[in-house]
Amino acid sequence: MTETATPGGVSEGGRCGVSWYEASARQRLRLLLDEESFDEFIGPEQRETSPHLGVFDLPEQFDDGMVVGRGRLDGAPVLVAAQEGRFMGGAFGEVHGAKLTGLLRAARDLRTVPVLILFDTGGVRLQEANAGELAIAEIMRALIEARSAGVKVVGLVGGRSGCFGGGGLIAGCCSALAVSEQGRIGVSGPEVIETNRGVEEFDSKDRPLVWRTTGGKHRRLIGGADAFVDDTVDAFRAATLSLLQSASGFSLDMLKNEQARLQERLDRFGTCTDARDVWARQGINDAAAVPGMADDDFVALADRIAEPAHDAR
Amino acid sequence: MEHLTYRHKAKARAPGQKPLAVVGVVASGNLEVLAERVLPDTDCEIAIATSATGFGDVWSAVVADFVERRSPGGLRLSINDGGARPDTVALRLAQAVRSLEDGR
Repeated sequence: MTETATPGGVSEGGRCGVSWYEASARQRLRLLLDEESFDEFIGPEQRETSPHLGVFDLPEQFDDGMVVGRGRLDGAPVLVAAQEGRFMGGAFGEVHGAKLTGLLRAARDLRTVPVLILFDTGGVRLQEANAGELAIAEIMRALIEARSAGVKVVGLVGGRSGCFGGGGLIAGCCSALAVSEQGRIGVSGPEVIETNRGVEEFDSKDRPLVWRTTGGKHRRLIGGADAFVDDTVDAFRAATLSLLQSASGFSLDMLKNEQARLQERLDRFGTCTDARDVWARQGINDAAAVPGMADDDFVALADRIAEPAHDAR
Repeated sequence: MEHLTYRHKAKARAPGQKPLAVVGVVASGNLEVLAERVLPDTDCEIAIATSATGFGDVWSAVVADFVERRSPGGLRLSINDGGARPDTVALRLAQAVRSLEDGR
């Protein structure tokens, strides 16, 4: 493996060991897909930037923080979308969202090409509130239409902004999700919960609490994510290939199964006040040790413990 | 936002064949540079949109130094700046030119 530096500091001598968390949206795509196979739609040179940020005297980004296109994964075609979590927290604005909506509609029409969404977002961009909220609704509709047409949509979560707000809702619509320990998934973030419900409800300064509630390990154990991976591009690539095989289709029966799965989860764990209580109730003897567990050990535990999906989701 | 544009004559054409590269990200203390091979080989244009106003003299010096060191002939470099320091700007400009070289 050569040690030639590329912009952003990621070695280009192969994808092995490159941190997903540290990589940019473009680096993730380049290293996730087959070499030189990525072909971008509406690239930065087209300057499809936000029509709203200028009003607030804020700088734009040429791709509005969303990179969409097509590529190949183990030779097979895929459509891909990646959020840049460092630009405005990866938040959804009008253009950012429209690029993903368009990609999902193309997938719906093609029917046979799966979609990968590389989430890295805090939710809706506040400066584009209404347009951003509408974008979330349009994306969810387009995603469900694509799945109804037979398309598998796999979400990958492991970026520094996690997957929150509307991003958490979109993730919930996917056929399958892969998450790393750093890849938090939720709707309201810790600070939002504390602001609205008080510090007694959720102390956003308590980092261990935040990580064991929103982090990848808990999501995997309660069935909110289908695969737990270590923080490398390699691991995300392997998980994507596996999930594209195993992800369930989309039908009324599947939705009924999913509803039943969520109801059962609520019945079993609804009275728990901490993730550790959930894990103990799942039969994990030393629940307090889960956050510190090595990735390999955790994957083995999760495969043994995690809630069966029953072809839900 | 402040918009600044600088045009320079370059000693040589920027190496490589790639038509386009984008490096960096728009974040606090950071910037993105979009490099496009669209001008005659002797020309270089740098267009800046920055959230930090009143630093035209510094931009002018950083850009002139970059053109002297890198000879980015034929390039239009477009910058969205989130208030990066001059050394970060110089680094990103250099990265953008290197990214246009083959095999990168």
